[in-house]
Amino acid sequence: MKVDNSLPLEYSTEENSLKILGFWIFLGAEIMLFATLFAAYFTLENRLGNGPSGAEIFEITPVLVETLLLLTSSFVIGLGIHAMRLGNKKAMMIFFSITLLLGAGFLGFEIYEFIHYVHVGATLQTSAFTAILLTTLGTHGLHVTFGLFWGLFILIQIKKRGLTPETANKSFIFSLYWHFLDIIWIFIFSFIYLKGMM
Amino acid sequence: MDFFDRFAVPHPSFLIYGAMVSIAIAMIAVVVGITYFKKWGYLWREWLTTVDHKRIGIMYLIVALLMLFRGGVDAIMMRYQLSMPDNTFLDSQHYNEVFTTHGIVMILFMAMPFITFFFNYLIPLQIGARDVAFPRLNALSFWLFFMGAMLFNMSFVVGGSPDAGWTSYFPLAGNEFSTSVGTNYYMIAIQIAGMGTLMTGINFITTILKMRAPGMKLMKMPMFTWSAFIANVIVVFAFPVLTVLLAMGTMDRLFGTNFFTTDNGGMDMLWANLFWVWGHPEVYILILPAFGLYSEIISTFARRNLYGYKSMVASMVVISIFSFLVWAHHFFTMGQGPLTNSIFSITTMAIAVPTGVKIFNWLFTLWKGKIVFPTPMLYSILFIPLFTLGGVTGVMLAMSAADYQYHNTMFLVAHFHNVIIPGVVYAMIAGLTFYWPKMFGFMLNEKLGKWTAWLLSVGFVLAFIPMYITGLDGQARRMYTYSESTGFSALNMVSFIGAAIMAVAFALLVYNIYYSIRYASRDIGNDPWDARSLEWATHTPVPEYNFAIIPEVASTEAFWDSKKKGHELFKGKIEKIHMPNNSPIPFIMSCLFFAFGFSMVFSIWPVAIIALIGILACLTYRSFEKDHGRYISVEEIKETEAKLRGAKK
Amino acid sequence: MRIKMKLMLLTIVGTIATVLAGCEPLLVLDPKGPQAKTQADDIILSIWLMSGIVIVVLAILLFVLIKYRASNQSEDYEPPHIEGSHLVEAICIGIPIIIVIFLSVVSVKSNYEVETTPAGYEDQEPLIIYASSSNWKWHFSYPEQDIETVNYVYVPANRAIEFKLYSYGPITSFWIPQLGGQKYAMSDMVTTLHLAADAEGEFMGRNANFSGAGFAKNTFEVTSMSQADFDEWVDEVHDTADPLTEEKFDDLLDPGHLGRSTYTGTHLEFSPAPEHDHGSSDSEIEEPEHEDHTDHESGEETNHDNH
Repeated sequence: MKVDNSLPLEYSTEENSLKILGFWIFLGAEIMLFATLFAAYFTLENRLGNGPSGAEIFEITPVLVETLLLLTSSFVIGLGIHAMRLGNKKAMMIFFSITLLLGAGFLGFEIYEFIHYVHVGATLQTSAFTAILLTTLGTHGLHVTFGLFWGLFILIQIKKRGLTPETANKSFIFSLYWHFLDIIWIFIFSFIYLKGMM
Repeated sequence: MDFFDRFAVPHPSFLIYGAMVSIAIAMIAVVVGITYFKKWGYLWREWLTTVDHKRIGIMYLIVALLMLFRGGVDAIMMRYQLSMPDNTFLDSQHYNEVFTTHGIVMILFMAMPFITFFFNYLIPLQIGARDVAFPRLNALSFWLFFMGAMLFNMSFVVGGSPDAGWTSYFPLAGNEFSTSVGTNYYMIAIQIAGMGTLMTGINFITTILKMRAPGMKLMKMPMFTWSAFIANVIVVFAFPVLTVLLAMGTMDRLFGTNFFTTDNGGMDMLWANLFWVWGHPEVYILILPAFGLYSEIISTFARRNLYGYKSMVASMVVISIFSFLVWAHHFFTMGQGPLTNSIFSITTMAIAVPTGVKIFNWLFTLWKGKIVFPTPMLYSILFIPLFTLGGVTGVMLAMSAADYQYHNTMFLVAHFHNVIIPGVVYAMIAGLTFYWPKMFGFMLNEKLGKWTAWLLSVGFVLAFIPMYITGLDGQARRMYTYSESTGFSALNMVSFIGAAIMAVAFALLVYNIYYSIRYASRDIGNDPWDARSLEWATHTPVPEYNFAIIPEVASTEAFWDSKKKGHELFKGKIEKIHMPNNSPIPFIMSCLFFAFGFSMVFSIWPVAIIALIGILACLTYRSFEKDHGRYISVEEIKETEAKLRGAKK
Repeated sequence: MRIKMKLMLLTIVGTIATVLAGCEPLLVLDPKGPQAKTQADDIILSIWLMSGIVIVVLAILLFVLIKYRASNQSEDYEPPHIEGSHLVEAICIGIPIIIVIFLSVVSVKSNYEVETTPAGYEDQEPLIIYASSSNWKWHFSYPEQDIETVNYVYVPANRAIEFKLYSYGPITSFWIPQLGGQKYAMSDMVTTLHLAADAEGEFMGRNANFSGAGFAKNTFEVTSMSQADFDEWVDEVHDTADPLTEEKFDDLLDPGHLGRSTYTGTHLEFSPAPEHDHGSSDSEIEEPEHEDHTDHESGEETNHDNH
């Protein structure tokens, strides 16, 4: 395998740069996925049937905590990639672990949030609004869950195999994924929660 | 026994029972045959676990041809049922199942895999690469598509076929009005197949952007590769919409949500909108590669370079952007008012402009050429006037006030068949005939090929032109019968005769393949058509690694120039070639998707969960896998090259 | 030469198919009302224009095929490399753009025409008829006249009619080809179709949007007659028809096919039409008609106070 040492490790082989480009294109597709969910959300936002509206069920505190946790985790993984570029395997692994822990925290709060919604009568089946709300939040949450496992597997591989062009490539791609989820959350926070609570 | 009741077909008939028996017999015959000839190992090693783009392409082709047969049988049944007033060949429920299946099969399981076959086989060869960017993902794409197709195809014998039209509008497709699991099959099978397509999109964009031979700048690519590139960009942007849509439909049907219901805030119009936001780009995904094939064939047989390369590329880019701006023309009559309708009317008519540019560029490619008419060229020549006719009826439909009369009538049915058949189907057959010798080492019979093209065209005209007329006379689409007093019978009989002629033409195509396998000369060389682009600069059959030496390219028609101007393509010496290994994961994972899909259709939750865990396990395995492929040694390459060179005349 | 003859054959086959349409005019091209006339005129105009385009393309094709076929040239003729021409491209883009602009103007004009009261009828009060579909029949409620029919509708000629469309089931499409185009009838909102008949006669009407097993026979008859005859008919209905009870209407709603039936009273009182959906971001449904005609409706088919 030809390694180009003038490039960062994650780009350093031809296969690596193909994978990174491929993943960017995948993120383009994911943008369309979430865009469709948002379009459906805006269409169904006021179709409450017999159920509650966003203003009635959203609670600012858990949402703020979730935002804080996710945004911080995105910052931390940025630090992690930076450490990776410097070749500092130990620091990178610590930063990645913190990222995943923060992500798990986010997920915990989101599960609590969903349980709250069920208690106040906003279930998946209640109305068109609750369906699209919970589906959009849920899709994002499932992506985070998937990411937690994916990130964990990468961590294990770095521990066992060290920082190679492959593990660096996987880590970098994972960080792109994680940042993407964070950006989607910013849209969710702004256009679902904040807009709904005004 | 109660558990097994759910698999019964809700509305059986003699034909369906007959199909059950034939399917069972066919499956047994296949298993017995493979066992008898001891080919399980071969099948597993060479096909089920392959990651070679050429093999994957051929598998797509086989499925596409089988699905063409199924969709065609649906078509002839419909035409027969409608050939006479108050006919009783198909009752209403069956007719509804048949036209629903016909649409889904032809678009998603025939046309899509057919173009994906061309993507797979041709693109690496056309750009001078050894395979696609992600060979393993490519295999997964195929097997997901295959499982989605198989899941869909079994619906009519297990549980019931979907019957709400290929567009599956709500609330008709909801639980209240579509009570069988048919629509569940629709939501889930198409979802699985669609995932494969999305992966294909990502794969080929990366391949085309990053793996072109040295010297092949973007504006020096063959036109088919350009068309494929743009089509795959549309895929990446359009298919996620379908993913969300089908997920929402699945949830409405299986989990009682209210996205598209008639109460609790549900909005049936949302389904129609999202469906067509995906659906319209989908038809451009189908037609652009067809256009690309025509560009290759027309310039080859006019013995001239393609006229207006830059505007051909620009027109496809414009078409792809506009394809996302026209979706509401599929439901002008849904009550959105004259402003919205006017906007979409204008964007729809505008899309005719870049398409027209392409037609004129093909005509000007013929200008000052030295035109010969083998079968692929014959299809291309027939395509031009027939597709133009279909295209202009599209402009007619775009005038939304007039569309209030055309909508959902046979006029519409005539239009879209008028663009899809001469547009996509002819290109598929022409491309297949054109590339057949490269793939298999012998030519398809010319005489049979020409007969097929003419019969198909006569049949097409007889079958579909009358529909323009009956549509204007009040015959709506998706009607399983009509009464004598409507006066539709004469033209519907003509349609049936046309369809029968088309059936004969397709039978002739199959016979051609059989006849050519048996009798055609195997001594045709690497370049039987005297063609122009890089895929012809390979041996026949194409070796696993495609090119022993990666070619260097200096113009749009690298191969032609190497022949006529002595430009050397393969400079340098042979080095060892890195190739990916085969893998069982794509096949296994797809089988698990099949199990997941099947159990979701019938709400068998435990199996669905287990299958899902299995899928995740495959992904986990893949993450930890340490497979770096293998090398083909220089000696092995030299041996293969010598053998192939010796075989050629 | 052989190609040319075969293409001609193809054209002849196509023409024969067209001629087989017979001498009776096609419904859509035999308009009996002003909206249908607008649409028919647009259709005929576009047929002429599009035929011109097809003929031009065919002519160029035949010309190049005949002139530049290999058998018509010397062995050693080498076709030239022609990259393209900006002028030619400009013409190939420019002329279609002009055609598209022309058709767009025609189309937009017609779009607005078919969505309002037909020209010449603006000073009248339109007759409002609620047409609702249930699997697989049509119910016609005349709120002003306080009568209801199933699967047939009588209308006065030379009078603007507003059909208010909605559905008790799947999306259907209300279509009377000779009076004008169709519009979807849906269960969560009411759409309005503006039609008028300017001739007396019987016209075919049907559901044009697939709605399940009984779709093919989901038809109805339209008869237009003089205003005097129409008023006479309304009186006759009041004299002879049974009232429409809620029970009877529920029976009528059961899935199946029905013949024609007539009732006094309408179902709008006990089964009102859906409200417009406010707050959904994509509705561009016309509101004004409701405001204008609330005083004509005997029942409170919708409460418009929550606009």
